[in-house]
Amino acid sequence: MTLSTFFRTKGLGLVAWLAGIVFFLPVAWMALTSFHSESDAATNPPSWAASLTLDGYRDFFGAGGGASPWPALINSTVASVVSTLCVLLLALPAAYALSIRPVRKWTDVLFFFLSTKMLPVVAGLLPLYLFAKNTDFLDNIWLLVILYTSMNLPIAVWMMHSFLSEVPVAVIEAAQIDGARLPTVLTRVVAPIALPGIAATSLICFIFSWNELLFARVLTGVVAQTAPVFLTGFITSQGLFLAKVCAASLVISLPVLAAGFAAQDKLVQGLSLGAVK
Amino acid sequence: MTTPTTATPPPAVSVPRARAAQSPGAPGRLRVWATRAPLLPALVFMIVVTQLPFVATLVISFFDWNALYPDARQFTWFGNYAEVLTDPDLRKSVLTTILLTVAVVVASLVIGLALALLLDRRFRGRGLVRTLLIAPFLVVPVAAALLWKHVLYNPEYGLLNGLLHYVGGPQPDWISNTPLLAVEVSLIWQWTPFMMLILLAGLQSRSPELIEAARMDGAGPWQIFRHLTLPHLRRYLELGALLGSIYIVQNFDAVFTLTSGGLGTANLPYTVYQTFYQAHENGLASAAGVLVVIGSIIIATFALRVVSSLFREEASRG
Repeated sequence: MTLSTFFRTKGLGLVAWLAGIVFFLPVAWMALTSFHSESDAATNPPSWAASLTLDGYRDFFGAGGGASPWPALINSTVASVVSTLCVLLLALPAAYALSIRPVRKWTDVLFFFLSTKMLPVVAGLLPLYLFAKNTDFLDNIWLLVILYTSMNLPIAVWMMHSFLSEVPVAVIEAAQIDGARLPTVLTRVVAPIALPGIAATSLICFIFSWNELLFARVLTGVVAQTAPVFLTGFITSQGLFLAKVCAASLVISLPVLAAGFAAQDKLVQGLSLGAVK
Repeated sequence: MTTPTTATPPPAVSVPRARAAQSPGAPGRLRVWATRAPLLPALVFMIVVTQLPFVATLVISFFDWNALYPDARQFTWFGNYAEVLTDPDLRKSVLTTILLTVAVVVASLVIGLALALLLDRRFRGRGLVRTLLIAPFLVVPVAAALLWKHVLYNPEYGLLNGLLHYVGGPQPDWISNTPLLAVEVSLIWQWTPFMMLILLAGLQSRSPELIEAARMDGAGPWQIFRHLTLPHLRRYLELGALLGSIYIVQNFDAVFTLTSGGLGTANLPYTVYQTFYQAHENGLASAAGVLVVIGSIIIATFALRVVSSLFREEASRG
């Protein structure tokens, strides 16, 4: 085997492996550091083989007397899960009216939804803040639920539209000719085909809500702070705290990593608003 | 203002049922509205939650209004815009936003393309490598920024200087020496997987017959890439660039976490945040916000065109 054929057959695979490892290294290092003691986490050269401990995690969960992350984690869960449910509740009927039984000019409506996604968060942040301050909505998790719903609704409508469009019209018509009424058609014909897509859409909406910082930072304080806001407490250095930072970052990223890997195949479709299959 | 709209879905769901019970010859107007009904809650919700606050921003942008002196509020026409465009700090943040967005989008597109080409080939462990490559995108953005700031960039015991130590390299203070580059690199790390996924989807939608035919006709790998793959990928490259721009123009997390907007890294979203949250200059912040929107509209016009052409292509294929 000559060098050039080796490179063509095996070499590029090796390059790909190398690239994968380089990109993954920071994440792997974060995971490793989170299991080190604070003194082993802050060495130069790095201590790869230092003994492992759960101290970083104990510290993060408040054993060292710091603030407990549980309220923030619960707030994030509420904001992400409830807003995702609201998105489904609003997006499913809308996508139905845009694909299975389309209204007139349905493409215009679809593009209106998309255009709202292009309106930056800062476009409405100040009025929302003033509104919240003058009502009971400042530091209130339900305001975030509403905003996250609006943030994810366009993505969900686009994705659901593309999933519902995959349901063949002929099958629906055949079912109707056989006397099936709409609820039956929806549960027996449409749902089985569209369900994997709906699941992927939910996971993507969950990820975006869980990650969001700007709204949460401005509109919440103590009571309703979310996990990303909790993390901003680590921005300024506080002595030796690398293991704790890594443990915190990893724990808070775990739901996103899990949801992302679960939705891997549909991730592109969601991120490209359904434009890429 | 929004609670009533969130409560509306149930009736909307029940309307199509009522509609199905009607005979096909039901009065036209009722029928049209029955078709539209499932759409309305989502549409009304979006208009109320996204468009109304923007209109309010637009109105506030014409007022000289510092929240600490509410009595001194007055109408100034385009005074805030003039101030935003002449204030050296704010002008610098416009430039920073452009530099940050362009650098991150271009670099992550180029690296993403290379990775997509590598992953488009068959090799052992391809699925695992793909998973490893997606991971950076699935770290919560604030957590990723903290990871770069404290664990990788730290001048004394960060991993980067730790690795440099092995080869006897210098020990720079990354964030202080090259603040904007430091922010950019952390964002490129997070966004390259996004570009890779879009471009990989593009590569896999090429027609294998066409490539096989070109190969039979004696085209080399470079010729196939240059004349078949690249033209096919053009739309996907555009889509990646535009969606990436939309997300990165708005970036707040990385700037806020890595440098807190210091050292010349304040981009427009951070400046808007700081102008009203810390300086309480409501009018000025709104004017800057409106400028961000105008910039986004320019990008969005192109983005919508690309998406709609891909969309029509899909529709005609299906």
